[in-house]
Amino acid sequence: MSRTLVDSVYIPPETSSFDTMIIWRTISVLFVFGSWEIAGRIPISIAFPTFFETMTALFEMIMDGRLAHAYFETLKPLLVGVGISAGFGVLIGTSMGLYRSVQWLGEPIFIVMQAAPMAALIPLVTFVYGIGLAAKVCAVVILAAPIIVLNSYKAVTNANVSLIQMCASFQGSRVQQIIRVIIPDASPMIFAGLRLGVAAGFIGVILAELLITPTGIGDLITYHRSVAEYADMYAAIFSIILFAAVTIGLLEKAEIAYFRPERKKKKGS
Amino acid sequence: MTTVIASPTQEEHSRVNDTAQEIVEVSGITKVYPGGTVALRGVDLAFPKGKMTTLLGPSGCGKTTLLKIIAGLLDATEGVVRVNGKEVSGPGPERAFVFQDFALLPWATVLTNVGFGLEMQGVDKATREAKSRSYITKVGLAGFEDNYPHELSGGMRQRVGLARALAVSADVLLMDEPFSAVDEQTRRLFQEELLRLLAMENKTVIFVTHSIEEAVYVSDQIVLLSPRPGRINRVVIPGIERDGKTPDEIRREPGFLDTVEDIWDTLKKYLDEERMV
Ligand SMILES: Nc1ncnc2c1ncn2[C@@H]1O[C@H](COP(=O)(O)OP(=O)(O)OP(=O)(O)O)[C@@H](O)[C@H]1O
Ligand SMILES: [Mg+2]
Repeated sequence: MSRTLVDSVYIPPETSSFDTMIIWRTISVLFVFGSWEIAGRIPISIAFPTFFETMTALFEMIMDGRLAHAYFETLKPLLVGVGISAGFGVLIGTSMGLYRSVQWLGEPIFIVMQAAPMAALIPLVTFVYGIGLAAKVCAVVILAAPIIVLNSYKAVTNANVSLIQMCASFQGSRVQQIIRVIIPDASPMIFAGLRLGVAAGFIGVILAELLITPTGIGDLITYHRSVAEYADMYAAIFSIILFAAVTIGLLEKAEIAYFRPERKKKKGS
Repeated sequence: MTTVIASPTQEEHSRVNDTAQEIVEVSGITKVYPGGTVALRGVDLAFPKGKMTTLLGPSGCGKTTLLKIIAGLLDATEGVVRVNGKEVSGPGPERAFVFQDFALLPWATVLTNVGFGLEMQGVDKATREAKSRSYITKVGLAGFEDNYPHELSGGMRQRVGLARALAVSADVLLMDEPFSAVDEQTRRLFQEELLRLLAMENKTVIFVTHSIEEAVYVSDQIVLLSPRPGRINRVVIPGIERDGKTPDEIRREPGFLDTVEDIWDTLKKYLDEERMV
């Protein structure tokens, strides 16, 4: 089972430098799983299963449909929340970088939001939005949005002055300047913010499912802990970590494919 | 052979007026940066049409500042810039800038970068690409149309910047130390290519350089600026006979060597003054 998981994440080797990379990455993965297996066998705690027990539990969860059902529940608030945060976050952050008044309006709000331990506010959300989907979406947004906004804002503020001047020297309009120079130049940092924001969104949705009402993956974790089926509990946790990592990896691929064609070539050669 | 004028006297100005029409004129330009740095003070200059004028002076004397004011990229604190007799207050289609740091879009191919100025002016894609390709060939980059800037050497990147500026068919080219990022051999090659291109395109060029030899070799007129705040110290007209001579012969000409020597003496004085302060 573990082999299939590892194989599905990595692309088959093509070149020799690629080979070396695969070797080192495999070592890294084996090291983590190996330590896990050993720690589980000692055992460091009776509540800590071995790697193989966890993978067996994960396999069972996949086969009997529990995992699919849980993800169906978890993905709803996650997708809606991340969608809202990404769409509005990039828009607000970019506007803050482009217009002084929006900057002055937004800066204090989002800097406080980013600095404050927003997770502590999640129980409060239930007072406002109850225990349904809206509360969970809200939890995702308050964690994901500030990072996305502030990164987009900083990315646009730090856009290359020389390129902006170059655009102006050829009589580029403000709109052309924004679309053809500032946004593409800022895109690596905007995407870095999106990746961090999506990661924060995962934290938000899991916290909401643990703290508000147990549904989806949060329910799997809570339930299996309460009945002391630790292998199942760790399997659920493992699956969400893997899922988050794959999602964020795909986001990076999308960025390179659509915004930074030159980096695709750089990586290939 | 060499005409060296002690200062930009009345006589000198009238001489330039007689021989050529002035396409760019700056008068009374003063630039004070926020924070109080006075970069330029009371600069009056005329740039004759179809000629190459070099701005030469010690580092920090305001050459880039003056060039950017002429380009309309910076506002002067005082004074006016006239292009074809009309006062200008921003960038315009008659002027194109070649940047010292190339200012190429890293995410765009050579073809897109060269066509960028045309794109900004709303030229349709087919025309843009045809024109870009022809200028890419003219600057010697044929075959690199689909490469990205990071795959090119510094010299090749500057050719992209030059092609981009030439593609918009501006009458005036503003070049800020365009060859400072390349080695001496490439530099000399570029100078030849630039002279050849300019002969074909009939452009007015305002050129900033640190190299006295380069200035004397390529220019019709050299403006020597004093240390900050930049003022015009002298205008030198190198009278070099190029016809039928190889680049090396030109560089060995007494006229060439005397002018280099003469400019060097002036710049040395600045250094001595600085040391005494
Ligand atoms: N944006 C700015 N803000 C404040 N001062 C500036 C700014 N840009 C330039 N200066 C100052 O103005 C003076 C002239 O600068 P400028 O870049 O025009 O010099 P330069 O002649 O091009 O120098 P170099 O030969 O080193 O390129 C310098 O003393 C510099 O410190
Ligand atoms: Mg400069």
